[in-house]
Amino acid sequence: MILVFCELKDGQIRKPSAEALSEGRRLADASGKKLGALFAGASCAGAAEAAKFGADVILTAEGPSLASYSSDAFATVLADAVKAKGATVLLAAATAVGKDVLPRAAARLGAGYASDVTGLSMVDGKLQAVRPVYAGKAFATTSFASAVQTATTRPNVFPAAEKAGAGATEALAAPAGDFKSVVKEILAKASGKVDLSEANVIVSGGRGMKDGANFKILEELADALGGVVGASRAAVDAGWGLPHSMQVGQTGKVVSPTLYIACGISGAIQHIAGMSGSKFIVAINKDPEAPIFKLANYGIVGDLFEVVPELTKAAKAMGIGSN
Amino acid sequence: MKILVALKQVPDTETKIKVAADGKSLDPADVKWITSPYDEYALEEAIRLKEGKGAEVVALSVGSDASKDVLKNALALGADSAVLLKGEGQGDPYAVAQVIAAYAKDKGFDLILCGNKGLGGDNAAMGPMLAELLGVAQANVIVKLELGDGTFKAEREIEGGSEIVEGALPAVITAQKGLNEPRYASLKGIMAAKKKTIEELDAAAVTTAAQVSALALPPERPAGRLLQGDAAQQAQALLQALKDEAKVF
Repeated sequence: MILVFCELKDGQIRKPSAEALSEGRRLADASGKKLGALFAGASCAGAAEAAKFGADVILTAEGPSLASYSSDAFATVLADAVKAKGATVLLAAATAVGKDVLPRAAARLGAGYASDVTGLSMVDGKLQAVRPVYAGKAFATTSFASAVQTATTRPNVFPAAEKAGAGATEALAAPAGDFKSVVKEILAKASGKVDLSEANVIVSGGRGMKDGANFKILEELADALGGVVGASRAAVDAGWGLPHSMQVGQTGKVVSPTLYIACGISGAIQHIAGMSGSKFIVAINKDPEAPIFKLANYGIVGDLFEVVPELTKAAKAMGIGSN
Repeated sequence: MKILVALKQVPDTETKIKVAADGKSLDPADVKWITSPYDEYALEEAIRLKEGKGAEVVALSVGSDASKDVLKNALALGADSAVLLKGEGQGDPYAVAQVIAAYAKDKGFDLILCGNKGLGGDNAAMGPMLAELLGVAQANVIVKLELGDGTFKAEREIEGGSEIVEGALPAVITAQKGLNEPRYASLKGIMAAKKKTIEELDAAAVTTAAQVSALALPPERPAGRLLQGDAAQQAQALLQALKDEAKVF
């Protein structure tokens, strides 16, 4: 069996989990295996949706002990499910939870682990993964020696494809309490916007923004396009009050949106490493020699303080982002 | 209190990546090696704990003789002692976690700190694997850490915000940028470090569960197009192209 650990949010399967599940279905078809979707929490209401993404079996571990995320409790659920079902492949999305729990579960199972993968295949009955290394400056193929193979899938790379599955349900026992660590409180950002790592459209600003307050024009463009705002290391380190969570690059977030608009970003190698996986790149810069133009599908040589507001205006006029 | 800090030597972020003749590893020619930046936050946090509450700080690296540079730097910054586990340091995070676990298991460390990922390998896996192998708590991608009496409270970065993780010591805590601002080594520290020796041990024999079987450069991106006209015309042309050619909207 191929087992995919899925996360729920507001009673729905999170998009990165649906993507992992769809990729699991593809691998299961390619290798003649069953696909299991695994859920854990105080309530797993909404787990039935996994049948839409091809799950043959939906496994739910429900109980008060799983109300808050705990690395060791969730690792126990995952490892026990792998053993109980005799699964040979365990996947999850490379989210904050996925990246926290999968390595721990893998170590308990003596299983190899490939993180944040952008390609998966079955070779001689075993998983093989392709993943960006050096923040996307190169791609490594990971081959496994272990009986169980595990991986987390990078959000926004694998399509979430609907395909009906049998969706037979099975309840698993929730582990008893007294865990080594537990999440006590979630401090959400007020905006409620998606994270850079999952965003479909990113508008990013660099040193050319001149000041943190000027990021307001990027916010306006991002809002018009249904995207979120990022920043280069130069901008984050400039003392403009921009949080590190906004930073795109090798020492910040590595992103793969459909559209990345780089405003006043020259294109330092460490920034390019973090965003070169974007499907379409737009560069707006007044320096025609800026290295970012070598990477861009579309380039605008001009003053971003003129171009960006024009883009916002045109996007609104065209009704872009409203769909 | 006894703190272990695991440090990894990695290529500098400005490195231009070239694939070696074996087709699966990095060509080491012209590579400038540094301490993984996330490990620097881990080390700084350990030194601050030592200064604040008093602690013994042991710096550790897994790798070849070249990794001694990372350990010498850690000693100069304030680590009390340094250990090099000689063996393969750049491969499977599970193998590295087993090597460190074999060293650390009987040494009574209250806290193990390392970066949330090794720059380059980008696995972000060694820390939680080590926590599992030692049977202790973990908290990853930490931007704030407070220690109590046998407990920890850590703020961890998640999508769209952060969360507070509480747990029992011993624990493996992996550092994120923002945890602190690492210091530079003082001349006094550098001189003092010269008098200290790096303990060298053979890495324990372990099982490799996964390995890199090929390394390739990303495909070249197609040549782009510059949009002409004044700002309003450029904006209009861009959105039209994104809509019609790229079909982004």
